Amino acid sequence: MKILVCITNVPDTTAKISFIDGDTKFNKTGVQYICGPYDDYALSRAVELKEQHGGTVTVLNVGEAESEQVIRKCLAIGADDAIRVNTEPTDSYFVAEQIAHIASQENYDLILMGRESIDFNSGVVHGLVGEMLGIPSLSPVMKLEIDGGVAKMTREIEGGKEDVEASLPLVLGCQEPIAEWKIPNMRGIMSARTKPLKVVEPVGSGLTITEKYALPAPKGAVKMIPAEEAEKLIDLLKNEAKVL
Amino acid sequence: MEFYQSNKVDDFESPDFYQIDDLLTEEHLLIRQSVRDFIKKEVSPIIEDAAQKAAFPAYLVKKFGEMGLFGPTIPEKYGAGGLDYIAYGLMMQEVERGDSGLRSMASVQGSLVMYPIYEYGSEEQRLKYLPKLASGEYLGCFGLTEPDFGSNPAGMKTRIEDKGDYYLLNGSKMWISNAPMADIAVVWAKNEQGRIKGLIVERGMEGFSTPEIHQKWSLRASCTGELVFDNVKVPKENLLPSADGLRGPLGCLDSARYGIAWGALGAAMDCYDSAKKYALERIQFDKPIASFQLVQKKLAEMLTEITKAQLICWRLGMLKNAGKATTAQISLAKRNNVDIALKIAREARQLHGGMGITGEYPIMRHLMNLESVVTYEGTHDIHLLILGAEITGISAFK
Ligand SMILES: Cc1cc2nc3c(=O)[nH]c(=O)nc-3n(C[C@H](O)[C@H](O)[C@H](O)COP(=O)(O)OP(=O)(O)OC[C@H]3O[C@@H](n4cnc5c(N)ncnc54)[C@H](O)[C@@H]3O)c2cc1C
Ligand SMILES: Cc1cc2nc3c(=O)[nH]c(=O)nc-3n(C[C@H](O)[C@H](O)[C@H](O)COP(=O)(O)OP(=O)(O)OC[C@H]3O[C@@H](n4cnc5c(N)ncnc54)[C@H](O)[C@@H]3O)c2cc1C
Repeated sequence: MKILVCITNVPDTTAKISFIDGDTKFNKTGVQYICGPYDDYALSRAVELKEQHGGTVTVLNVGEAESEQVIRKCLAIGADDAIRVNTEPTDSYFVAEQIAHIASQENYDLILMGRESIDFNSGVVHGLVGEMLGIPSLSPVMKLEIDGGVAKMTREIEGGKEDVEASLPLVLGCQEPIAEWKIPNMRGIMSARTKPLKVVEPVGSGLTITEKYALPAPKGAVKMIPAEEAEKLIDLLKNEAKVL
Repeated sequence: MEFYQSNKVDDFESPDFYQIDDLLTEEHLLIRQSVRDFIKKEVSPIIEDAAQKAAFPAYLVKKFGEMGLFGPTIPEKYGAGGLDYIAYGLMMQEVERGDSGLRSMASVQGSLVMYPIYEYGSEEQRLKYLPKLASGEYLGCFGLTEPDFGSNPAGMKTRIEDKGDYYLLNGSKMWISNAPMADIAVVWAKNEQGRIKGLIVERGMEGFSTPEIHQKWSLRASCTGELVFDNVKVPKENLLPSADGLRGPLGCLDSARYGIAWGALGAAMDCYDSAKKYALERIQFDKPIASFQLVQKKLAEMLTEITKAQLICWRLGMLKNAGKATTAQISLAKRNNVDIALKIAREARQLHGGMGITGEYPIMRHLMNLESVVTYEGTHDIHLLILGAEITGISAFK
């Protein structure tokens, strides 16, 4: 089985967010980068599937050279090789185009992604890639087993879960508890030294230009209104918060 | 034994005031992060309970092996890491950040058992024992100290006699980390000529027992015991062929003390990180206690000492990598870093107020653990004497 896992290089969840160049660029100074947590689930499941069924796991990132630290970690966790599309990925469509282009050159049985990135959180790249390749895409997948050429999955839906089956090839957006995150061990880290990491140039160009970033307004303090003063609460919602 | 799994989040972050991370390679950073993640996942949730119960979480030995924490500088050919000394140091830092007892377990296995077998052992001994020790299938211990010979190991009484087809081993060792659970012991004993020799003694050999030392207030999550040899017949092939004299065990200690210098730094960083966060959250006199000058003084001094210790470790690691680190240089690092860690743990304990004495925070555990660390592998004062002898050329031991 050939599996492609698409990973993002994203700021750690505890990173302090600020902008530079007149609020047009994210300030990367002092920011620690990690592999997107949902992408980590996808990778962990891919490595497990490889252990069960044999095959290969290729990691793909659309990003600049600084992503390579995270890519090495993915190789240390158990991916066999990696591809980096050398570009600043400016929007979801552009990223999807790159992934589809790479995927169309090989016959991957599975293309695993995270349910969403944790910087832009659009949750659309898997759908776009599925459309571009003309194969089904599903998300968010929380359970995945492969039986012959068929994927048996559990998907989270509004208010519940659904069990679905689909035949390969597929694009999936993954989330917990599809697998447990894997921590690379020293043997993995050593073997990652010599695993191939291919850098390729992008096709097309991104269409989005960022005019301005802004931080969300800071959250106000919580006001506690005792249950017996419901009128006061309604008054505040009407006249102060202006939501009623 | 079952351990209670705490769901308290371990949000440790290491200080890097002088951007020493820039001196590390990407691979070093990945190693540090991976070991930190491993400790947060496997050790932090159970360590408080293990220490409170004074029980060694033996199931972790295999997990440490799987992670690659045993003997990382020994060549890959023997199932170990093939990594450099900075990588080894970072691992010990992260493990001791979790707990000094588990770091002791790992130091003994890597530096005091695998190292002498690799350094002084025959190729057959290496191939027989190293892969099993690296994977954690075997746990090893190191027997040097005796009831009457601690700082002065040269006076040891444990003896071997050449009986033709085997050595007859008699004597006892005291304060031996891992002893009660160990599968093998690297034991130092004198031969008929009074030369110190190293032997591999295996559990199950007749006359060999490992009674546990109970009621420790320190390193409670590590097991410590005695080694008792009552006419133990040790096969000749278990003698380490290249170890002769006190230099044998002392060579191992250099390697372990190097790891301790990093490890103590890990414990210090954990205390500092916890104290800093607590000081920012704890309100007294309507303000976070971090706003008081006396509290800031403590935090500023902690960070200063941690930064100096980080630089010592890094430089010593580079010297180790180049094969140039001397015993006296390692003594300075071990002595300084354990000392600052103890002081930081004491100050951090005070900053946590009453909470600081509970198992809710790691401080008191680190503090008690470090009292062993300052004593074993050469006491604080013995390292001072090593430095004194280096400076003056005059030994003041006797
Ligand atoms: C100015 C700017 C700079 C950026 N710089 C970088 C960078 O240096 N490195 C970097 O990795 N990303 C970078 N990003 C891209 C960003 O991290 C997102 O990946 C991208 O914008 C898609 O976001 P999304 O929310 O639509 O993805 P979603 O649709 O939420 O993502 C779903 C899944 O698609 C896959 N995926 C998404 N993006 C990528 C990608 N870039 N490569 C591989 N798989 C992907 C992942 O599996 C992800 O879990 C940058 C974005 C901008 C706007
Ligand atoms: C938890 C724990 C685990 C241990 N694990 C191991 C192990 O795995 N293997 C092993 O072999 N040993 C182990 N040890 C033993 C340890 O190395 C010894 O305790 C240490 O070397 C000190 O020896 P001692 O306890 O006999 O103290 P002593 O040597 O009796 O020292 C007592 C005091 O006298 C001082 N002193 C001694 N000589 C001098 C001098 N010349 N000048 C000035 N002051 C002096 C010392 O500094 C110390 O303060 C362990 C100890 C502990 C506590």
